Amino acid sequence: MASSRLVAPELAAIKIHGMTRESFLLRSTLAGAAAYGTLSATGLVTRALADSGGGDVDILNFALTLEFLEAEFYTLAADQVKGLSDDETKLTEKLRDDEKAHVDALTATIKDLGGKPVAKPEFDFGGAFGSRASYLKTSNTLEDTGVSAYNGAAPAIESTEVLAAAGSIVQIEARHAALIRLVRNKPPAPSAFDKASEMEAVLAAVKPFIKA
Amino acid sequence: MTDSALRELADDPSSRKRFFKMLGGAGAVSAATVFLAACGGDDDEAASDSPPPASAVDNNKSDLEILNYALTLEFLEADFYAQVIDSGMVKDPKVVTIAKKFGSTEQEHVDALTATIKKLGGKPVAAPKSNFGPTFDKGLMATLEAAADVENLGAAAYLGQAGSIKNKEVLAAALAIHTVEARHAAALNELVGRGFGGGGGLKGSLPDGPFAKPMDMKAVLAAVKPFLA
Repeated sequence: MASSRLVAPELAAIKIHGMTRESFLLRSTLAGAAAYGTLSATGLVTRALADSGGGDVDILNFALTLEFLEAEFYTLAADQVKGLSDDETKLTEKLRDDEKAHVDALTATIKDLGGKPVAKPEFDFGGAFGSRASYLKTSNTLEDTGVSAYNGAAPAIESTEVLAAAGSIVQIEARHAALIRLVRNKPPAPSAFDKASEMEAVLAAVKPFIKA
Repeated sequence: MTDSALRELADDPSSRKRFFKMLGGAGAVSAATVFLAACGGDDDEAASDSPPPASAVDNNKSDLEILNYALTLEFLEADFYAQVIDSGMVKDPKVVTIAKKFGSTEQEHVDALTATIKKLGGKPVAAPKSNFGPTFDKGLMATLEAAADVENLGAAAYLGQAGSIKNKEVLAAALAIHTVEARHAAALNELVGRGFGGGGGLKGSLPDGPFAKPMDMKAVLAAVKPFLA
């Protein structure tokens, strides 16, 4: 699978150095990994296997759900949040456009792999847009969660092209997180190593925003 | 925004423990290689506890090569911040705070990469000899711009290697560092007032638009060459 070039032009242009699909171990190991459960009972690999069912499309659909959430969040924020400075408004619009681009790219990639993109869930952001502070705080949470979600899921990705796409998106999520944190007077990079979250933890974190 | 924004940079929850926990604790890497050996079988390189012979690497980089490349960049970054602080050129306490915080983070990356290389049976490279004088001579703004450049390069460098890393635990570690380099890059872009691609008044930047671009080893090493003695 995934031998075709990615549909999204921005992602198709991205090549990861030294890509050699045949030597990419996890491709062959993931499928049969269940049989080696006792040997694999360590760290992220096991967790990712348990979470994802092993397929890139599952991971991409998980990412797509998060990007849908972020895109809608900033779309609504740009309309509804009062009291943002000009810079903060521009940043909000920029984040909205980036997340929309991520939605489009992930959707195209899932289709390219022969998968079916998940439908956009219905979201409810509660009182997040009631004030500048609550908007920025929620944004901060979503961006940091996004980073940890991609970092947690990426090691289980089989295709180097999909990994390249996920890497190129998560770097932008990290930049978003840093900028929103600066706006909030928070350290942009609070830890020397960003967290990698299990899918379960990520879904628990965003569940309050998902209606259906 | 910048002035007040950077005040709390000193917040520094210790993350080293988490990093090693992510690696699975002591012995996890060798456990992972056992797993990979059991499953992959035919790839001696990733299953070995020692550096592979050059012939086994083929046109691909081994994990140890990649880790030592990353270590070289982290050495350079850590040294850069240390020298900036030592030079006394930074007077603004908020900028001092950033330089110290980012510098200590890069030192943590150095330590973690060194430990990981040893754990995999490799030999960590020595720190490169740096030459930041000409940059410092151009003044504070040029120095901060160089810091932003180096962080953007670091982020692009990690992204450029992600697809080549074979050991999943090493990949997880590289990803955890990659996004921190990206955070640094974004913050420094903000500090030096680089605009978004389209220009305009907004400070801070996401220079790559919605998708970050990777760089390969050759391009990165060429770009940092001016900083090497």
